[in-house]
Amino acid sequence: MSITIYVPCDSTAVSIGADRVAKTIAQEALKRNITIQLIRNGSRGLYWLEPMVEVLTDAGRKAYGPVQVSDVASLFDADFVNGGEHPLYLGLTEEIEYLKKQQRLTFARIGITDPISLEDYISHEGYQGLSNALKLSQADIVKAVTDSGLRGRGGAAFPTGIKWNTVLNTPSEQKYIICNADEGDSGTFSDRMVMESDPFVLIEGMTIAGIAVGATQGYIYLRIEYPHAHKALNTAIEKAYAAGYLGDNIKGSGKSFNLEVRLGAGAYVCGEETSLMESLEGKRGLVRFKPPLPAISGLFGKPTVVNNVISLASVPIILDKGGDYYRDFGMGRSRGTLPLQLAGNLKHTGLVELGFGMTLRELLYDFGGGSASGRPIKAVQVGGPLGSYLPESQFDTPLDYEAFAANWTVLGHGGVVAFDDTANMAELARYNMEFCAAESCGKCTPCRIGSTRGYEVMDEIIAGQALDKNIPLLRDLCNTLLNGSLCALGGMTPYPVLSALNHFPKDFGVDDQANTAV
Amino acid sequence: MTELNAMETIVQDIIAALKDKPGALLPILHAVQDKLGYVPSDSVPAIAKALKLSRAEVHGVISFYHYFRDTAPGKQTIHLCRAESCQAMGGKKLEAHVKSTLGIDYHETTADGKFSLEPVYCLGNCACSPAMQIGHDIYGRVSADNFESIITQAEDIA
Repeated sequence: MSITIYVPCDSTAVSIGADRVAKTIAQEALKRNITIQLIRNGSRGLYWLEPMVEVLTDAGRKAYGPVQVSDVASLFDADFVNGGEHPLYLGLTEEIEYLKKQQRLTFARIGITDPISLEDYISHEGYQGLSNALKLSQADIVKAVTDSGLRGRGGAAFPTGIKWNTVLNTPSEQKYIICNADEGDSGTFSDRMVMESDPFVLIEGMTIAGIAVGATQGYIYLRIEYPHAHKALNTAIEKAYAAGYLGDNIKGSGKSFNLEVRLGAGAYVCGEETSLMESLEGKRGLVRFKPPLPAISGLFGKPTVVNNVISLASVPIILDKGGDYYRDFGMGRSRGTLPLQLAGNLKHTGLVELGFGMTLRELLYDFGGGSASGRPIKAVQVGGPLGSYLPESQFDTPLDYEAFAANWTVLGHGGVVAFDDTANMAELARYNMEFCAAESCGKCTPCRIGSTRGYEVMDEIIAGQALDKNIPLLRDLCNTLLNGSLCALGGMTPYPVLSALNHFPKDFGVDDQANTAV
Repeated sequence: MTELNAMETIVQDIIAALKDKPGALLPILHAVQDKLGYVPSDSVPAIAKALKLSRAEVHGVISFYHYFRDTAPGKQTIHLCRAESCQAMGGKKLEAHVKSTLGIDYHETTADGKFSLEPVYCLGNCACSPAMQIGHDIYGRVSADNFESIITQAEDIA
């Protein structure tokens, strides 16, 4: 049997040496006269084990990790090419607890296939969703998505089917599908993983969306910080065109869908959908007033679906296995699965896709393995830079949109950043205000000016100046941002700031419980 | 050909290739910056004219986006992540080390022209924080200990 070895091409794996490991394995095999087929797969998302090298055996794929260049010779000595024992041996990949306990629907292929191989994609159930969609009426495609209970995975959790239905029922000669791939939240990387490790699933999801609502042009608005994803998407799009999965007359159906990647330019606010459309139109990314909704008057004034990468990448499996199949995962009104991203100070950082409902504590300790530093976890920020910090007393909150909202916290895009007890929450609150100031589009006054006043007052608080005046001032300012901002950037910056103040008043120099009410 | 003429030719070629795209301004600015390392203010009138915009509008777009720059960068640009996940893993300490090692603050270029330093808010490398990017290359688990060896290698491949 020929020898097949997998070394991930995912940018995080590469950031800690995967390219060098792959090169060294190829050289060592040549030196030892062993013929190998080296495949650059995506990452399984078990990042503390990256670079994780896999070998195909009769029993299945076996994993070794984390592999450094200096380990390669000893791996060959241990006959790892035939699954030999070695201190870095992790067992059969599929049996690794972290992976085995997951429910991978959107991430079904990720880490398994060669991301830019269309053949691999098709042989792993790719394009079955599109094939089904082509047999359905537009309304029935939208109905399948509505039935699945899928809600926008970018963070706002708006029901995807309702959005699609609005676009479907708004007559227009031209409609658009936009994929919001401006994944700017710290602690999130699930969009990046999809685009780097399974770009075809996003292309397929967008194609289905286009056919469903009658849009013939799609744009992926990708952040400039993701050059690896850019390359993977462009290669995959080119292959999809060549094979008739994009363009005019898709697979002989008479339907057309064209797709292009457009790059952002480092503006966080362009992840807000109306700002994103301004940017796509070639303007400053200023947030628009709503209404009109983008579904009625969006890009270039035309009806537009704007969905996050994960939302669109979840569409193929819904059309493949049915809305009911997807809906049977999850809890309450949060249906299906959420790809959670474990980041920051955790031992086992990575991607965990599971049906909604697990508690944050289970996620942090059963999957995350506790803090990387070995110190107690002090706070966890869920949902990116606009998400609240959760103290230990809130760790039993189930991962569910409504349960989080009830705590004045947000699940957002599923990013989870843990901080140990060396973190100073006042410093973090200052950072949150500074970030808002750096990224504000400047259209509305509360966000534009309030954020600058916010970090100024935080500077005084950190210096211990006039706390009896400055703490109420900070609350008042947050109240203005919360209620007076045009979009979530200004409107939600108070979430991290106030949650830090309310749960960790000592870090702000106050210990007055009466002063800590929301 | 003078340097200015060379720049004008490059910009005109880019404009000709991209101006008919819907929403062409960002693709044009990206192409110019990819080619020249920045968007020279001398290129603004030509871009504005081709897209039937005012120079102020084009300038407004360039200045809105953190990524676009109107001055030449150093030979390599280091994008250092400042966001929460990196902070949770010692990012602030690393930031201080990077600034003192290079002897520059954010948005500055070293005196020898080798490195420019820019802040970035998340590289999506949060599972291996702290992170930074040099060109298209991303580095994870960057520390005060390995920063110098990383930039030395980056210098070699520049």
